[in-house]
Amino acid sequence: MLVAIAFLALGVVAALAGAAVFTVSSMARATYALALSFVAVGLQVVMLSQNFVGVMILLMMMMEMAVMAVFMVMFMGMNPALMPMSMVHGKRASLGTAGSVCAAMVLGIVLTPWPARRGAPPPELTAAIGRELLESKMLAMATISPVMVATIVGGVALALRRTRYDRYGDDLERPADDPQPGGVGR
Amino acid sequence: MTLQTALVIAAALFSIGLYGAISQQVVVMVMMGLELMVNGVMLAVAALWWFLAPHPSGQVLLLVVIAAMTVEMGMGFAVATVLHRERRVDMTDSATDLSR
Amino acid sequence: MSWRGPDVPPQSQGQPLDAVLAALTALGALLLLTTGAAVLSGALDARAAGSRGTGLTRPFDEAARLLRQRRRRLVSADRLLWRVGTIGLLLVPVLMVAVVPVGSRAALPLDVGVLWFNAMDVLVWACVWLAGWGANSTYSLIGGYRFLAQALAYALPLMFSLIAPATGARSLDLPTIVAAQQGVWFLAWMPVAFATYCVAVLGFSVWGPLSPALGADLVGGVVAEVSGVDRLLMLAARYGLLAAGSLFAVPVFLGGSSGPLLPGEAWMLLKAAAVLAVLVWARRKIPVVRPDLFMEVGWLVLLPAALVQVLVVAVISVWRS
Repeated sequence: MLVAIAFLALGVVAALAGAAVFTVSSMARATYALALSFVAVGLQVVMLSQNFVGVMILLMMMMEMAVMAVFMVMFMGMNPALMPMSMVHGKRASLGTAGSVCAAMVLGIVLTPWPARRGAPPPELTAAIGRELLESKMLAMATISPVMVATIVGGVALALRRTRYDRYGDDLERPADDPQPGGVGR
Repeated sequence: MTLQTALVIAAALFSIGLYGAISQQVVVMVMMGLELMVNGVMLAVAALWWFLAPHPSGQVLLLVVIAAMTVEMGMGFAVATVLHRERRVDMTDSATDLSR
Repeated sequence: MSWRGPDVPPQSQGQPLDAVLAALTALGALLLLTTGAAVLSGALDARAAGSRGTGLTRPFDEAARLLRQRRRRLVSADRLLWRVGTIGLLLVPVLMVAVVPVGSRAALPLDVGVLWFNAMDVLVWACVWLAGWGANSTYSLIGGYRFLAQALAYALPLMFSLIAPATGARSLDLPTIVAAQQGVWFLAWMPVAFATYCVAVLGFSVWGPLSPALGADLVGGVVAEVSGVDRLLMLAARYGLLAAGSLFAVPVFLGGSSGPLLPGEAWMLLKAAAVLAVLVWARRKIPVVRPDLFMEVGWLVLLPAALVQVLVVAVISVWRS
C-alpha cells in the first residue's frame, strides 16, 4: 500500500515537473524541472525492481541536464526571466493534438484487457541482465557501440569551427595553435 | 501499483512532451519536449516489462531507448551549435531548409 | 540482499529496525569523519599560519560565527534554485554513504551500489552549478561553469576507476565486492584505479588542487555570495563529500570492515580516516589546477590510465577463473 502511494506520488511529481518545463519563465528552472521529472521516473523504475536501469537513468539524465542547462543559457540570447514573452507557435493546435493523443492513449490503457504476467523475474536480476546483454543479446550492444562512436565523431565534426588546418597550419607541421592550450603540453 | 497507473503516468509525460515538441520555437526547448516523450516511453517500457513479461532479455529494449536518447541529445546539441554559429538564431522557424 | 520490489515477501527485505540501525551507523560514521576532516584542516591551517593556538576549535568557531551571520540578499537572485543548490549539496554525502555497509549491512541495500555512487556524484554537478547560478552574480556563475568543466574531466575517470573493482568482483553490489577481497585488497592489484578514484574524490569535493570553482581569484567563486547558514551548509558539505568519498573507498578498495582484533565498524572508520587525512593534507601540498588544464589531464592521462587498469583487471580475472 505504502509502495503504491509512493509510486503514484512519484508519478504526479514526474508529470507536474514535466508540465513545469514549458510553463516556468527561466531557462535554468525549465532544465532542472526536466531533471526532476527524470529523477522521479528513474526512482519509479527502481521501484519496478529494475535497479540497474533505474539508477542508470538517474545518472545519465542528471548529467545530461547539467550540461543542457549550459546550452540553454548559451543559445537563448535573451533572458525570459527578465523579458516575459511567449516562445511558442501554434499553441492551440499543439494543445489540441497533445490532448487528443493523451485521451486516446488513456482510453486504450483503460479498455485494453491486459494479459496476465508470463514467467517470473529471475532472483538475481542485475546479474541476469548483465549475462543477457553480454551473451545472447550481444548483437544489440555491439550495434549500439558503433552508433555511439559515430555520434561522438559526428557531433564533434558538426560543432567544431576550427579544423586541423587552423590548429596545425597548412602543412599540418607546426605546433598546435589553440586559443586555450591544454594541460599536457601538446 | 498497477500496470494501468504506470501507463497513464507515462501517457501524461508523453503528451506533455508532445505538446512541447510541436509548440516550442527554441531548438533546445524542442529537444526538451522530445526528452519528455522518451521519458514517458522509458516508464511505459519498464512497467510493461515488470507487469507482463519479466524476462531479462526485455531489458535490452529499455537500454536501446536510453541509447537512442543520448544519440538524439548529442546530435541535437551539435546541430543547435552549428545553427547558432551560422545564423545567430535559436528558433526552429529560421531553420526550415528541409521543409520546402 | 537487494530490494526486490513489490511482489516479494517482506522478510527478504530485512527488518525495518535493522535498516534504521544501519542508517544511524552510517550517519554517525559520516558525521565523525566530517568533523574530523574539518578539525584536521583547521589544525593544518593554524600550523601553516604560525598562529598561537592549535586551531583544533577552528571549525566550531567558524560554525558559530556563520550561524549568527545574517543571510545576504541579492537583486533578482533565483532564490529557489539557489537554496536547492546550497542546501541540497549536504544531502549528497548522506545519500552516498546510504549504500555503504558500515556495520553488518547498508541502510539502503541496493545491489548496484557502485552505480548509485556515480549517480550521486552527478547530483553534486547540479547542486554546485545551481548554487553558482542562483546567486545572480558573475563570480558565482563563473565558479559554477568552472566546476562543470572540471566535472566533465573527472567523471569518466571516476566511473572507470570504480568499474575496475566491479570487474574484479564480478558485481556492482558492495557486500559482494567486499567478499571478493577476502585474500588480498583490491588496492594491491588496482593501484591506478585507486589513484584516479582519489583524484575524482578531490574533484567532486571541490577540494585542494581541484577547487578553482571556489577559487580566491573569483573571491570565493560559487560561495562568493553565500553567507550565514547557507555558507555553513555548503562548507560542511565539502568536508562531508570528502568523508563520503573516503568511506566509500573502504569497501571498494580497502577490504571493507575486515581486520584483526577491533570490530568491523572500527576498521571501516580507521581505514576511511587514513584516506581522508591524506586527502585533507593534500590541499596544503598541491597547488590549484586550472580547469582547462585539468580537462586535458583528465581526458588524456587519467581516463586512459583507468581504462588500461580495467583491461588489466579483466585479463587477470579471466586468467584466474
